[in-house]
Amino acid sequence: MGGEAVIVKVLLFARLRELAGNDAMKLEMSQGATLGELWNQLQEGFPSLRAFNHPPLMAVNQEYASPERVLAEEDEVAFFPPVSGG
Amino acid sequence: MFRIVQEPLALEELVGHVSGAEVGGVASFLGIVRVENAGKRVVAVEYHAYPAMAEKVLRDIGEDLERSFGPLRIAMMHRIGRLSVGEASVVIVVGAPHRREALEAVSHAIERLKHEVPIWKKEFYEDGSEWLEPAPSIPGEGSKNKGG
Repeated sequence: MGGEAVIVKVLLFARLRELAGNDAMKLEMSQGATLGELWNQLQEGFPSLRAFNHPPLMAVNQEYASPERVLAEEDEVAFFPPVSGG
Repeated sequence: MFRIVQEPLALEELVGHVSGAEVGGVASFLGIVRVENAGKRVVAVEYHAYPAMAEKVLRDIGEDLERSFGPLRIAMMHRIGRLSVGEASVVIVVGAPHRREALEAVSHAIERLKHEVPIWKKEFYEDGSEWLEPAPSIPGEGSKNKGG
């Protein structure tokens, strides 16, 4: 609780990337912050992301993760829409 | 071989890749860009990916297939970038000792790819474009009872 911070890399894909007008950024979060909290903070920084009106899929270090996942220093975080490859 | 590529996909090369003395059957699936989707005339599509994660998920799917069906030779490749109607977007080729494992593994592989691999399709029409976004679901949890 000492006010320490973790810095994470955030990647956005597909429609989220277009809405935000940004594909990658570094963000500082407080120690113990979760993936879900990061998404909320991202929406505050990029209000246009609110047009995506359901929770995105989330990944940490190239694996799917839940909003409760606690962030660690240098995590690579990704937010993206439901996938549509094939 | 599990790869996201920009270049056109070559089925025959991959058939060679999964062939071998112990392989008695090779099955394949080739996904092709179709001219019509949901009543709209498609002129082109763009596939975007999160390549590092996409290749990792493809490898995971390959490992799961071997757990289910025994030793296999698997090649899964997805093309990204702008594709025209008639071009191949995805190819899956599986070599196995017997036909049943090869055929079933290919079928499982394409279903899982469509639900789990971080790739997105944007369709272009004569009068605009649109991202295809299936109803939200959690990969790995809803994939077993969904159609493709």
